[in-house]
Amino acid sequence: MNTHEISRRSFVGGITATAGGMTFGFHIPFDANLAHAAAGAATPEINAWVVVKPDDTVVIRIARSEMGQGTLTGLAQLVAEELECDWSKVTTEYPTPGQNLARNRVWKDFGTGGSRGIRTSHDYVRMGGATAREMLKLAAAAEWKVPAGEIVAAQSILAHKASGRSASFGQMAAAAASIEQPKGVALKDPKDWKIIGKPMPRLDTADKTNGKLVYGIDLKLPGMLNAAIRACPTFGGSVTSFDAAKVKAMPGVKHVVQVGDNAVAVVADTWWRAKMALDALPITWAPGPNKDLSSAAIKAVLTEGLTSEKDVFIGNSSGDAKTALSGAAKTVEAVYSVPYQNHATLEPMNATAVWTADKCEVWCPTQNGEGSLAAAAKAAGHAQNKCDVHKFPIGGGFGRRGSFQDYVTQAVLIAKQVPGVPVKLIWSREEDMTQGHYHPVTMGRMVGGLDDKGNLTGLHMRISGQSILSVVRPEGLQNGKDPVVFQGVAPDDPVKPTANEHALCYSIPNLLIDHAMRNPAVPPGFWRGVNVNQNAVYVECFMDELAKAAGRDALEFRLALLGNQPKAAAVLKAVAEQANWGKPMPDGVQGRGLAMMRSFGSYTAALAEVSVSADGKLKLHRIVAATDSGYAVNPTQIAMQVEGSFVYGLGAALHQEITIKNGGVVETNFDTYPTLKLSEMPKVETIVMPSGGWWGGVGEPTIAVAAPAVLNAIAAATGQRIRSLPIKDQRIRV
Amino acid sequence: MAQLNVNGKMVQVDVDPSTPLLWVLREQLDLPGTKYGCGIAACGACTIHIDGRATRACGIAVSSVTAQQKIVTIEGLSPDSSHPVQKAWLAMDVPQCGYCQSGMIMTAAALLAEKPKPTDADIDSAMANICRCGTFVRVRAAIHSAAGTSNSKG
Ligand code: FES
Ligand code: FES
Repeated sequence: MNTHEISRRSFVGGITATAGGMTFGFHIPFDANLAHAAAGAATPEINAWVVVKPDDTVVIRIARSEMGQGTLTGLAQLVAEELECDWSKVTTEYPTPGQNLARNRVWKDFGTGGSRGIRTSHDYVRMGGATAREMLKLAAAAEWKVPAGEIVAAQSILAHKASGRSASFGQMAAAAASIEQPKGVALKDPKDWKIIGKPMPRLDTADKTNGKLVYGIDLKLPGMLNAAIRACPTFGGSVTSFDAAKVKAMPGVKHVVQVGDNAVAVVADTWWRAKMALDALPITWAPGPNKDLSSAAIKAVLTEGLTSEKDVFIGNSSGDAKTALSGAAKTVEAVYSVPYQNHATLEPMNATAVWTADKCEVWCPTQNGEGSLAAAAKAAGHAQNKCDVHKFPIGGGFGRRGSFQDYVTQAVLIAKQVPGVPVKLIWSREEDMTQGHYHPVTMGRMVGGLDDKGNLTGLHMRISGQSILSVVRPEGLQNGKDPVVFQGVAPDDPVKPTANEHALCYSIPNLLIDHAMRNPAVPPGFWRGVNVNQNAVYVECFMDELAKAAGRDALEFRLALLGNQPKAAAVLKAVAEQANWGKPMPDGVQGRGLAMMRSFGSYTAALAEVSVSADGKLKLHRIVAATDSGYAVNPTQIAMQVEGSFVYGLGAALHQEITIKNGGVVETNFDTYPTLKLSEMPKVETIVMPSGGWWGGVGEPTIAVAAPAVLNAIAAATGQRIRSLPIKDQRIRV
Repeated sequence: MAQLNVNGKMVQVDVDPSTPLLWVLREQLDLPGTKYGCGIAACGACTIHIDGRATRACGIAVSSVTAQQKIVTIEGLSPDSSHPVQKAWLAMDVPQCGYCQSGMIMTAAALLAEKPKPTDADIDSAMANICRCGTFVRVRAAIHSAAGTSNSKG
């Protein structure tokens, strides 16, 4: 067999099979007048969100990025609901950020993070579907010479009862495309929803079961070269020199190039050959100012911050916590810590770029297409309207591919040195592990005061540690304060209780939550769940410690503080009831633990059942989880997000720590940075309990309750409290 | 020049003998369904079958595979996604991002070939693949569904 033939076939087949109408040429239509020719669709669009082909296929444009969280299907459900189309005819495509730019951001925000895919776009996305439906009706009305108001759209059919006329959406689409978009179309009442709220199967599953889905890492373009890269292993360091001559003669090697001031790449015919040459390439680094940084040094700085008054910002306060604590009948104190953790998406960072003197094109997995475009344009030295980015299905995002476009920048900087040739950059796993933007390190010191009846009268929570915004988005700081640090413990709005999506739910009469900002020179990043995760460990473990000190039941103790938060109380009660809280435990279970949090606009609770063997081996028996996200667009997808959140959250809680030595990361791969395995995964029972009326996120909120529920269950089982993560290498074996 | 039997066809590839089979499949034979996740045989994303056994393709050099050994990748598991594991995966909507799923499916298919009625303990020990999205609950359920066995962790 001729391998070249296989190559051509699988390239063409793969791309067209999975990427629908997307164009993958070097000729992007750099034309502002794309209104009726976007995304390579031969059929004119009805509006920016909807194309209906003559065969009735409905193409729904999705601006946000699918990375496994189901947003592609959920957003399509929103459009299809209003469009009144036949769901079995629905397909999707991504417009490019370049098209968005050319069309005055008709698709608005491409950013996909903070569990915002649906909740910050549901209104205009639904409006896109509703408007397209009305345009189809208006087209039919004009053709049939009947009032549009008498036409009913359902299941992709337009029908006029009185005249007996009907037409499919496909038949009317061309006419609808030239109708002026009506304004102010009314959205459906949630009680009339037929597709939203239903457990529709995902639209993108089939090609994930047969290897056909083309990820960015799989892209192959004619004449493409491959690049392997190594950046300075020390944060803040740079390249001093490298000896390209030593590897230039190795098989397949084409170029050895410096990338920015801190990285070197080898470009070869295949990636494996590029990597072999990179491994053999002598590079001298200037380690820079952080070469002595270590985990121990970072811990010392954070420990100092636990009691310092220097660089302290108040995030939430009421009453007078200090006085309440000094007058308390009993005070309880505990210090917790959460380490650096890496996203470790299973698909490593990658991007393919081609650069010429007048334009630049990039193909990549990205959570923020517009961010990728900006990064590409900057690295290319071209205006954004001379560049474009083609988004791919993402092999895991978790926040790594949103705010951080380092891999796009690098790919363009490499491509720029090989003009006109597409170059695919793939990071090795080692590069991914050591060049991350890590879930920041913080510690939490909790001091609580109880009165003589065991009521919580005061609480001081001191967070000491790193601020993401001060590094990633300093303009988001509020007089120096990083509000992200207070996610999950922020002040509530008593008038509008859903106003702050990350508010602390407990009502505590005298409260002080503050942050001693300590920023080690390790790049921090948004990591699925962000600071809610650390704060949930501090608050929810401490709730159990307080309840124990007060001699009260952990559920009853919490509920007593949730009088103003019935939705928070409801998720907590739901998991407790399902697991028979307060009743004897199932065979083999030794301890139960609870946790509850409100984040990304949703209320989540978890209950864990565990046992610990005589020699300290932990076993997770069962998890019960409840989520109230207001509206629930797809309950099955929510259940999948909840299940996955326990894998992600418990993997971190049990196993994961990025340690720092000599200014760089010690862990290099999954052997030293283990993830949760299927064998460790308990049964998960998910309660989806949407109470309606608002739109909460679901991709992240459950992560936070995973760790504290398990830590509380371990404490209940053993009487011993683990206060620092990960759980491994302590009294407990995992 | 190495001779390989891949998905029922004999192919020739001209690569350094030490090249891992994973990269031969992905880069020389244009079979990108087999994924790179770690390169150190730790994640299972690159799992293929060699003579029916689940094997991590990143960990074996192309020179250590003979022309007589039958290599099957996700692309060759069935001509039309009709393998019982693929059907169960689709019916239960197992994948999230999907990146680990080729390896998951190949591992599960090899498990069922060896043990048509696997217990949960069998599944625990065979399915050591990494999934960062956390599809384990559904992976287990889909294996039971494909095998017609009951799920004690369901
Ligand atoms: S890539 Fe082979 S096991 Fe991870
Ligand atoms: S589905 Fe994303 S890594 Fe498994």
